[in-house]
Amino acid sequence: MAEEAKTQEEKPQDKRPLVSRVPVKDKEMLDLLLADRGVTYYEEMKKFPVDTEAFKKTLDASCKSRIRTWLKICAHCGMCADTCFFYLANDRDPKQVPSYKIQSTLGEIVKRNGDVDTDFMINCMDTAWGKCTCCNRCGMYCPHGIDMGVMFGYTRGLCFSQGFVPHEMKIGSGMHWIFNAQMDVTVEDYVETCEWMVEENEEYYPGLTIPVDKVGADIMYVVNAREPKHYPQDLAVAAILFHLAGESWTVPSKGWEGTSLAMFAGDWACCKQQVENVYAAMERLKVKRYVGTECGHQHRATITEGPYWAGRKSGDPPVPGLHYVEWVLEALETGKLKLDPAKKIKEPCTLQDPCNYVRNHGLTDVTRKIMSYIAEDFREMSPNREHNFCCGGGGGMNGIGRYRKERNIGLKVKRDQILATGTKFVVSACHNCWDAIRDLEEVYKIGIKWSFLKPILLEMVIVPDHLKPKEEEEGANE
Amino acid sequence: MYEFLSGPMVWIAFIIFIAGSLYRIIYMLQGAKKDKIVFPHMSFKHSVASLIHWMIPFNSRYMRQRPIFTIISFAFHICLVFTPIFLLAHIVLFDESWNISWWHIPDEVADWMAIVVIAGGIFYLLRRLTDPVVNNVTDASDYLLLTITVLPFITGFIAYHQWFDNRTMIILHMIAGEIMLIAIPFTRLSHMLFFVFTRAYYGSESGYIRRSKDW
Repeated sequence: MAEEAKTQEEKPQDKRPLVSRVPVKDKEMLDLLLADRGVTYYEEMKKFPVDTEAFKKTLDASCKSRIRTWLKICAHCGMCADTCFFYLANDRDPKQVPSYKIQSTLGEIVKRNGDVDTDFMINCMDTAWGKCTCCNRCGMYCPHGIDMGVMFGYTRGLCFSQGFVPHEMKIGSGMHWIFNAQMDVTVEDYVETCEWMVEENEEYYPGLTIPVDKVGADIMYVVNAREPKHYPQDLAVAAILFHLAGESWTVPSKGWEGTSLAMFAGDWACCKQQVENVYAAMERLKVKRYVGTECGHQHRATITEGPYWAGRKSGDPPVPGLHYVEWVLEALETGKLKLDPAKKIKEPCTLQDPCNYVRNHGLTDVTRKIMSYIAEDFREMSPNREHNFCCGGGGGMNGIGRYRKERNIGLKVKRDQILATGTKFVVSACHNCWDAIRDLEEVYKIGIKWSFLKPILLEMVIVPDHLKPKEEEEGANE
Repeated sequence: MYEFLSGPMVWIAFIIFIAGSLYRIIYMLQGAKKDKIVFPHMSFKHSVASLIHWMIPFNSRYMRQRPIFTIISFAFHICLVFTPIFLLAHIVLFDESWNISWWHIPDEVADWMAIVVIAGGIFYLLRRLTDPVVNNVTDASDYLLLTITVLPFITGFIAYHQWFDNRTMIILHMIAGEIMLIAIPFTRLSHMLFFVFTRAYYGSESGYIRRSKDW
């Protein structure tokens, strides 16, 4: 023990510094950061200097007319205050007003042209990640259309370039650099998981496959690394539903991951390389369409913002990109998937509108139409659709330990919205929202259940006769 | 003094206002061209939709949520812009110099419009002083800009009613008006110039890229 303690004491001098202005691109560094759990990392950060020369250059190159105009014309009217769920959840704290948050961080950086110090940057970091989820709700309510969510996205990039980034976000972008995924799941791991899920389920769904790298399929299905890593059953259910719908589909080996913690981290270069992987898979497999899993930020990263990161002039991905909910609705409307109306959810239920594909990609009616297929008593939250509040865990917030307290306070707004519906069941087709609602229940214990769409659909779907296992028919005779 | 302020200084103020405004707008547009996501995001249809929704009172959700603020803001801004342009006393000056004139607001109405601007200014001042949210985003420049904005109306109102020494009041009124014209392009008052552009951009980004309403 004593010896161990001694070697640990000696180690820091030989250790590579954990805080740096460059992304994590090697496994050794990634492991060091993972092992540290943020303790030494944030201590180091307190002494980490700001490279003001480099900062000026970054600003010159990246801070363009749009953001400068926004910062200049903000009339300081404070109208954005109650558009922000953090402001509401923190008892209307003036320090949580979006315009204050941005003026005191990015506004100052631009005003001083990058001549800021370490404490200032740590405050910027704590504001950009700990007081904003980049839900973009404030922008909708600003008379001038000043989007503070977009500006905080940009501020995150500036913070990242100077090394002031939350521990988990640094790791997140590192994962993308090393594994092309937000978690340490390799292509081999992924393909194996696919095979495993087929093995587990083909007995019940004869002919079930997860076709990997099938060239010319109609649909390329792309997941969130959490699914193969923590909930492989989700992948299995996706496969079962595609199978039952008779879709021609495939999953790519390389390019299988559609999420982008790099986007939350503000690592712009990594965003580009991450999304280019997915686009390369679309082109390599010559698929007709892309369908992403039940994840909000994956849709934003790959379909809405990705084309710009990848420098695609059209602003579109190489093939049309659908969110999972769009595919579900199409399958229900065309009759590819048939649900048993008797199995509709009987109890009152509500729906979470994820910012990233509702406010940021207009999929408002799609989810409501799906609800009409699956729920007998669907009740809206208020406000809803593009006016809905962030779940409280968006923008990477769920994953950052340093802001857990702030996150839990922020969850109060969603808690009260859910309580006001009088329902005990929340449907959420987004990983981040799902997590936030789960944690909300854990913290506030309001007695709710929550679910993705896939498990609900699997419960209700009618299996066509020719796809039923023989055993089941025998069982039915008994 | 009077001659200078009502002659060359008017020219100077207008030239700075117009040239400064053009400079700011052109500079902004040039910069926006270099920003690879501004122009590709623009859409005429969504720009117009956004402008319509935000220029007509109670046509956006937020305006309906704050009816009093909406009424005051619209009244303040409408009176602020239209009173000086359609004031008979101003038009007469143009008529005398250049022999051009246009429709004018009846003086009694203009008088009330000036009161609306002054009252709106007081409302904004009190709001900045008493509402902790607004107070927290306020700095000295906000008070200065509010003064620059309202002063031409206070002095104009007094001059019209011929209180105090009328000539002095008119001189003060001209100084105040000229300061305001010069300030517009170079301060946050430039939101007057940029409103159409930022609104059009946000409307386009919302409607065209994010496929969402922004009202």
